[in-house]
Amino acid sequence: MKKIIALVLALVMVLGLAACSKAPSAGGEKKEAELKVGLICLHDENSTYDKNFIDAFKAACEKAGLVYGESYFITTNIPEGAECKEAALDLVDQGCTWVMADSFGHEPYIIEAAKECPDVQFSHATGTKAHTEGLKNFHDAFANIYEGRFLAGVAAGLKLNEMIEAGDIKAEEAKIGYVGAWPYAEVKSGYTSFFLGARSICESATMDVVFTNSWYDETAEKEGAQKLIAGGCVLISQHADSYGAPSACEEAGVPNVSYNGSTEAQCPNTFIVSSRINWEPYMSHCIDCVKNGEEIETDFVGTIDDGSVVLTDFGKKAPAAGTAEKVAEIKAAIVDGSLKIFDTTTFTVKGKALETYKADVDDMGDYVGETEVVKDGAFLESTYRSAPYFDIDIDGITLK
Amino acid sequence: MLGFHVVKRKNMDWWKAWLIRGASIILGAAVCAVVIVFLTGKDPLDVFETMVDGAFGTERRIWALLQGIAMLLCISLAVTPAFKMKFWNIGAEGQALMGGLASAACMMFIKDALPNWLLIFVMVVTSMLAGAIWGVIPAFFKARWGTNETLFTLMMNYIAMQIVSVFISIFATGGSGKIDVLNASTKLGWMPSVGGQAYLLNVVIVLVLTVIMYVYLKYSKQGYEISVVGESENTAKYIGINVKKVIIRTMLISGLLCGLAGFLLVSGADHTIARETVGGRGFTAIMVSWLAKFNPIFMVLTSFLLVFFEKGAIQISQICGLNASFSDIIVGIIIFFIIGSEFFINYEIKKNAKEGGSK
Repeated sequence: MKKIIALVLALVMVLGLAACSKAPSAGGEKKEAELKVGLICLHDENSTYDKNFIDAFKAACEKAGLVYGESYFITTNIPEGAECKEAALDLVDQGCTWVMADSFGHEPYIIEAAKECPDVQFSHATGTKAHTEGLKNFHDAFANIYEGRFLAGVAAGLKLNEMIEAGDIKAEEAKIGYVGAWPYAEVKSGYTSFFLGARSICESATMDVVFTNSWYDETAEKEGAQKLIAGGCVLISQHADSYGAPSACEEAGVPNVSYNGSTEAQCPNTFIVSSRINWEPYMSHCIDCVKNGEEIETDFVGTIDDGSVVLTDFGKKAPAAGTAEKVAEIKAAIVDGSLKIFDTTTFTVKGKALETYKADVDDMGDYVGETEVVKDGAFLESTYRSAPYFDIDIDGITLK
Repeated sequence: MLGFHVVKRKNMDWWKAWLIRGASIILGAAVCAVVIVFLTGKDPLDVFETMVDGAFGTERRIWALLQGIAMLLCISLAVTPAFKMKFWNIGAEGQALMGGLASAACMMFIKDALPNWLLIFVMVVTSMLAGAIWGVIPAFFKARWGTNETLFTLMMNYIAMQIVSVFISIFATGGSGKIDVLNASTKLGWMPSVGGQAYLLNVVIVLVLTVIMYVYLKYSKQGYEISVVGESENTAKYIGINVKKVIIRTMLISGLLCGLAGFLLVSGADHTIARETVGGRGFTAIMVSWLAKFNPIFMVLTSFLLVFFEKGAIQISQICGLNASFSDIIVGIIIFFIIGSEFFINYEIKKNAKEGGSK
């Protein structure tokens, strides 16, 4: 009996606490159908990946005159599970008419939310399913980060050439190391374009790749970079979200091409340049669409031309002389279309030129390619859907 | 010399004990308020209110809160009999993960080969078995060779995570390290939603389990054996309890329930398997169980408290721009006060007798 009374008491305490809150904003509903938007993040601003989204989202919202916590919301630390659907629907309950999620694994849960709320627009970064789901209110977005990677590769190639000319290494020793997250198309497309950029400048370049099997694992990334350096790699780049690889490079004095943002402050001696996706143009675009009642594209692909793909400032010490000029020249060629990144004359697969390739664009879970993606002498990346599907192992790159 | 000494209390009136607990939470909240003002300059009442709103603000949030409590409580119930026996099972994370993996594998490979109700039944059975196997292995080694169960169960977590990784790389050959939501179009193997509420069944199942576990521990012979083994193995041996049998049987129950939790997470919520499916609940459950002194009914309250703060944290990050670390600080302060209150309930501070009096 005592226990039961104790329990009741405790419950009263808890519920009393709950009752202290005001009634949930009864008057605040549907004031003037004011615009509200929300962002769902896997982690918070402590992750470079999520920070990139959060910064862009804040900038896009502020530009549209929205107010943090009132007309735009950022929901952080949402795992890739049922909680993601709950978070999306919760944002809808708060009046959001456009909701974006930032992590690959959020996609199926955002799709479920989209099915439940046909009047709300949902965007998802890096996803693959919008073009096959056939939902009017679910959209995928990506950017041609391979354009930025290629340019970063050019900077790397120039650095390699400088090292060769200075007699630090022989031409055949121009080996790049790359720390990748997963052996997944997004990563493969990234390091292949980076490598092609480097080899367009330094012909003798080769590359070793290691995978950490995690998007964020500082220890594994650092050890991966150290292993590559010990294996004779003279320049390192990475596609993973921690400071692991750049800091290993700084310690070893090996030049580094970074990702997601500048690491100049942490690695002043070895930082060359970094590429990143700038989500602000897409987010601003979506906010405009929702405001004006226009449709958002099923698959949106940002480019280096529209500002969705950017390079950071170059490092002060590490880059080779003339890097900025050369990169600007090649960027102009990409923008005017005269340079194709995945030009099939620039690489071979098992000793042969790539004439045909069927990629798994539909991503139905069968992992079988069904769409021909080689046309007119180039691999058409991010053309049939926004997320990358270049997953070929080309000659010159060794997976360790 | 200090002017006081600490004495164990004999018995405190239950209402006094709860008064102390209540006061400690209020005191904890007051300290939080000071910290909030000091660090952020925000009105602490606003922050608290936002947290309450995040947990109870809408019907959907209440359901999400209930689901969160149910999942945490289920795993807490699972570890409790082992803890009561002083068998430190910190492997609930792995046991639940193995259960979830079994469920996901059934969803993936059986699909429509069985009617849906039978598929769900098979999922329940295989999940519980998988969890049980993962729990019994360390128990067997402990009973047979006296190995350290704390280290053993902890290590089993990492093995379970790696096994899940291996299966993910086999199931999802695209290299993304992610398995899609399973049977998204057919919903085969998905826990049915009752009355339009996807989580209702989860909540009811865990509620029933809570009552069963309470009765089992308090009134059954096996429950009594668990207490005796926990208090003193030698006493247990002396009165003729087969200690090895009790250890293995109890961990079997622990593992079965963890496996069930894995099933509920996969079939009732995520509909897929990932290394993060259990999401650290296997470790948080330890705290839930301890704070409630292994009483399943009180565990409803302690798991509520932890989930409440988790949901509140999401809301304050959304509205007040304070990130998750900030709510960790608040949770830390409150839990510090709750644990502190237990000290004052169990012990009293007495002034020393006058100088010379005790020489």
